[in-house]
Amino acid sequence: MDAFTRRKIVNNIILVLSTVAALFGIMWLFWILGTLLYKGFSMLSLEIFMGDPPSPGEETGGLKHAIVGQTLIVLTATVIGIPLGILAGTYIAEYGKNSRLANIVRDLSDIMMSVPSIVIGTFIYAILVKPVGHFMGIAGSLSLAIMMIPIILRTTDDMLRLVPPELREAGYALGATKFKVIKDIVYRAAITGILTGVILSVARIGGETAPLLFTSFNNNFFTFDMTQPMASLTVTMYDYAMSPYEYWQKLAWAAAIILTAGVLGANILGRVMAYWKFRK
Amino acid sequence: MKKSYLADWTFGKIALASTLLVIVILAMLFFVLYRESSPSIHTFGIWNFITSTVWNPPMEKFGGAPAIFGTIVSTVIAILIAVPVAIGIAIFLTEISPHFLRTPVGVAVELLAAIPSIIYGMWGLFYFAPFMRDKVQPIIHATFGKIPVVGEWFAGYTPGIGLLTASVVLSIMILPFTAAIARDSFNMVPNILKESAYALGATKWDVMKDVVIPYAKLGVIGGIILSLGRALGETMAVTFVMGNQPVIPHSLLEPATSITVTLANEFTEADTDLYLSSLFYLALILFVMSFLVIAIGKFVFLKKVER
Repeated sequence: MDAFTRRKIVNNIILVLSTVAALFGIMWLFWILGTLLYKGFSMLSLEIFMGDPPSPGEETGGLKHAIVGQTLIVLTATVIGIPLGILAGTYIAEYGKNSRLANIVRDLSDIMMSVPSIVIGTFIYAILVKPVGHFMGIAGSLSLAIMMIPIILRTTDDMLRLVPPELREAGYALGATKFKVIKDIVYRAAITGILTGVILSVARIGGETAPLLFTSFNNNFFTFDMTQPMASLTVTMYDYAMSPYEYWQKLAWAAAIILTAGVLGANILGRVMAYWKFRK
Repeated sequence: MKKSYLADWTFGKIALASTLLVIVILAMLFFVLYRESSPSIHTFGIWNFITSTVWNPPMEKFGGAPAIFGTIVSTVIAILIAVPVAIGIAIFLTEISPHFLRTPVGVAVELLAAIPSIIYGMWGLFYFAPFMRDKVQPIIHATFGKIPVVGEWFAGYTPGIGLLTASVVLSIMILPFTAAIARDSFNMVPNILKESAYALGATKWDVMKDVVIPYAKLGVIGGIILSLGRALGETMAVTFVMGNQPVIPHSLLEPATSITVTLANEFTEADTDLYLSSLFYLALILFVMSFLVIAIGKFVFLKKVER
């Protein structure tokens, strides 16, 4: 067999192997997605959205408490995380630039993005839940906010640095202060990019369970009070899936599909916005 | 005039404070975990805690070895499974797949990376664990189980919940993330390099082996290390299917535990100070492990790529 034939055969073997690997990987993912859609959609009804949590053994009840809790926890996290993330990103892009502080913060926030989420949960437990003495919704929001800050910081930094310096110089030439230039010129030029980062960070933290386990915990009642334990879709899924009651397990799948719809919806929205901004 | 300067000054200071907050949070994270775990560190020491296999809450004896063992073994197995498949997907997406399929399959893979990990865990509990028990376990017994010495790692009958099941679910969870990074690294190879190789008569595999992979090597390795960091700290994908047995199992099929699984299951139930402190100790060890892994991945490999 000459070298040419051998190379062709090796080539074909490798191409077939990669295709098989791709199909193998994608098969698992579709199995999971298929299960989720099949189990989730069959459970969706008005009862799921409007009903109060079920008692053990009962066949009725819904997830209203968890949906509201999840929304409140994520919204509060966003309210805390957005300003801090954007301000810090603004500082390192506009003030710090390539200073040592700015570069250190860039590296540290890359590391902070990858801190295991359950470790952040234990941290908030130690500084907030333990001193106060009970679990509370706001503690869950805080741990999610800690996960959001580095993501928003990095995208804000990247987006602001894409704004051409000539725009800033034009502002300064008119006598504007730095704050005015940032507020009226830089932010306006970069708003779509920043918003995209914010939405993607919400998608990223929206499906987190581990940081909520020891912070907002769970609550079998409907509440708006963030200083009390609060149900979330994710922790409810965890508890219901582990429970012995079949109806609770079904509810866990319903929660799964609602959560996935929310997270993927935010993710797709962010991607579409990024596509619109950078389509040129 | 004066007012606008005041606003300017205030804004700069607030922005600076937010930036410093990032440093403060990370420093506090380390300090608080250390402070909370110090009773346990003083009682059990460092080397002793890492190597002791006894985890017995009623007796107040705590050793981290089973959890650390489970974390490392499940992560390594997950990486060993996920990386070849992910690179296969990346090669498929960049070189083999017809053009009209690249974007949809690529986007699908990226969206799968965004699915909450608890869903992988629930699927593992309800579908994959029974599948392992009924279909995979007999095959493993008939193949790996027959090999001398190694066979012991694959012995035993279990309800499908155990170290291997958790590792496989973990590998499926990190697969889309790893594949997306590998594909992005492959895509960074300039077309002109590939075209020159093709012009010399190279086959697709020749181009992959001699042009694309050498060029993208650092990026792919960095990506693999980031996936490793992700797998280390993952909780929900493994909690359902690991079994939470605080022992070092004789066989990969047996139930085990990991740092994250122990934390998720026992943290809210810890009834004594030493128990809680030992759990914080485990969290600190996990934090340090992932910190080192991420720092190596980011600064040793990905930094070189940026240059």
